[in-house]
Amino acid sequence: MKIYLPLDSAAVALGADEIAESLLFQAKARGINLTLVRNGSRGMVWLEPMAEVVTDAGRMAFGPLTLADVPALFGDLTAHPKALGLTDDLPWMKSQTRLTFARVGVIDPLSLGDYKAHGGLAGLTLALGMDKTAIVAEVTNSGLRGRGGAGFPTGIKWKTVSDAVADRKYIVCNADEGDSATFADRMLMEGDPFTLIEGMVIAGLATGATKGFVYIRSEYPIAVDVMQKAVKIATDAGVLGTSVLGSAHTFNIEIRVGAGAYVCGEETSLLNSLEGKRGVVRAKPPLPALQGFMAKPTVVNNVISLASVPVIFEKGAEFYKNFGLGRSRGTIPLQIAGNVKYGGLYEIAFGLTLAEIVDKIAGGSASGRPVKSVQVGGPLGAYFPRALFDTPFGYEEFAGKDGLIGHAGLTVFDDSADMLKQARFAMEFCAIESCGKCTPCRIGAVRGVETVDRIAKGDTSAIPLLTDLCNTMKAGSLCALGGFTPYPVMSALTHFPDDFAPMKEAAE
Amino acid sequence: MLDSVDITTRVEEILRTHKGMEGSLLPILHAIQAEFGYVPQVALPIIAKDLSLSKAEVHGVMSFYHDFREYPAGRHVVKLCRAESCQAMGADRVAAHVHTTLGLDWHQTSKDGSITLEPIFCLGLCACGPAAIIDGKLVGRVDEARIDAIIGGLK
Repeated sequence: MKIYLPLDSAAVALGADEIAESLLFQAKARGINLTLVRNGSRGMVWLEPMAEVVTDAGRMAFGPLTLADVPALFGDLTAHPKALGLTDDLPWMKSQTRLTFARVGVIDPLSLGDYKAHGGLAGLTLALGMDKTAIVAEVTNSGLRGRGGAGFPTGIKWKTVSDAVADRKYIVCNADEGDSATFADRMLMEGDPFTLIEGMVIAGLATGATKGFVYIRSEYPIAVDVMQKAVKIATDAGVLGTSVLGSAHTFNIEIRVGAGAYVCGEETSLLNSLEGKRGVVRAKPPLPALQGFMAKPTVVNNVISLASVPVIFEKGAEFYKNFGLGRSRGTIPLQIAGNVKYGGLYEIAFGLTLAEIVDKIAGGSASGRPVKSVQVGGPLGAYFPRALFDTPFGYEEFAGKDGLIGHAGLTVFDDSADMLKQARFAMEFCAIESCGKCTPCRIGAVRGVETVDRIAKGDTSAIPLLTDLCNTMKAGSLCALGGFTPYPVMSALTHFPDDFAPMKEAAE
Repeated sequence: MLDSVDITTRVEEILRTHKGMEGSLLPILHAIQAEFGYVPQVALPIIAKDLSLSKAEVHGVMSFYHDFREYPAGRHVVKLCRAESCQAMGADRVAAHVHTTLGLDWHQTSKDGSITLEPIFCLGLCACGPAAIIDGKLVGRVDEARIDAIIGGLK
């Protein structure tokens, strides 16, 4: 008997380890030879912990499981109270286009054999037969843009590093996924770590870099553990090392762990942290592509950007590019979070409207109350009101509505949310996490909290002051922390003026 | 209780295992904290000498990051997520409840040294919030009853 049960953090946080222990114990008691594979999550977090039992018809899903549901998994499966049917037939799975996440939840994350059997290393094998210029051209032609949030074309960044002359170059994977509502990097690293490794090796071939770092936040202990094991396995198998898949190319990867600083998700701050310094933002230029880690040419890419590279090589740039809308090409793993009925990861071509995501895919709020707003793109993203729910999911489309898609995380709030409180939190968070280098962010965020507090007390004269402060932060900050904190603040103020009105307290 | 001689010996061992590593200060500080539960101040000049840095630079790095502690934490560390997705599911309410029941504000440790309460900004459990991490164990869908039961089991 073979059962898959996720090792994914969300599944574990909902009791997967206890279910695993019980499964093994009960199988033994029944004399059943059970193979338990701890896989990644399929992304249906509301069904976690979700076990899949391998049957002749396919993998059958059961969830959300409690310990009381375990014994029946050894009986008549169709009669199990938590039976969901075949995993592949579930509506959430069927309507997606899983390219980057094709293997997540399907394979054993730490089995290189399983990885290869599902198309793994096909992209790298092809890339090994190409020269640097052709590899960069393939990525450029795919239209892939930085999935970390900035949306910078990945191929152009690679070309800059590739053309730079230096004795050493580096590939740095930014896995400091600190934005609330985002967990795609975590799920990818926990569920299909070899994809990230493969993407990084291809980036190395394209640029001439021979060393890679994955900088993972300390809040992701399971991802750190899986990645460390995967790097060891890949090194032992010759995917990494001095002869990548038997070629003349060298590429090694080291896993590094952050230390709880949100700002280290910003690339220059991350590089300082990686060098063993305070995570203070650097002024640009020089670009990290020319003077990055240890002042050497460095590609800094997000997990999802790098993990999307193997499929681009396996299926071709044209194939990838044919998904999406406008200048947002390919697929995007939406992370649906907060107050939603169906939360989790949903990979689809760019272009769905917010309404389709929130009302159809997410099924509305978990509380059953009306949805008031959606914050898109993490703590630095704008709060969208229902009036803007017709906005299609794309980089330019969101920028056009004074928002951003960021790392594609969506936090849904019901009508109990107080948008003034959310604006205050945005400023408070910026004050806590500011690296302190530039004044608009360091001082502005503190003054921002005070100014929102004045508005909360009924001082409407503070509203223009808050607007002015936001303009200063936006124009004068060195990086996106101070520069984008105005997005949640101003969107809350603009779209939900009632929450900032002096009548508020009296009404309550 | 370790005296400064013991600490020095262990710190020197940790430094030896990090020789030749590029940008080794964060991994060193992590290793020291994993060893002692905090970063003893007597370790700073030893690290500084080894890496050819000033003590102020090492202190500057250590104090920049939320993870590194100058003093030991309580026997148990309860971290509650304060970020937006957890807020949307009632994290503020749960936090207020914990503040009241434990009589602790953020970053405080109970008088008997049993519990330290910390905020955390995102565990990537945003579709099953409110989230918490207690002594390194992840917990999702935390409400007042659940957190009471967990804290009640800590001694």
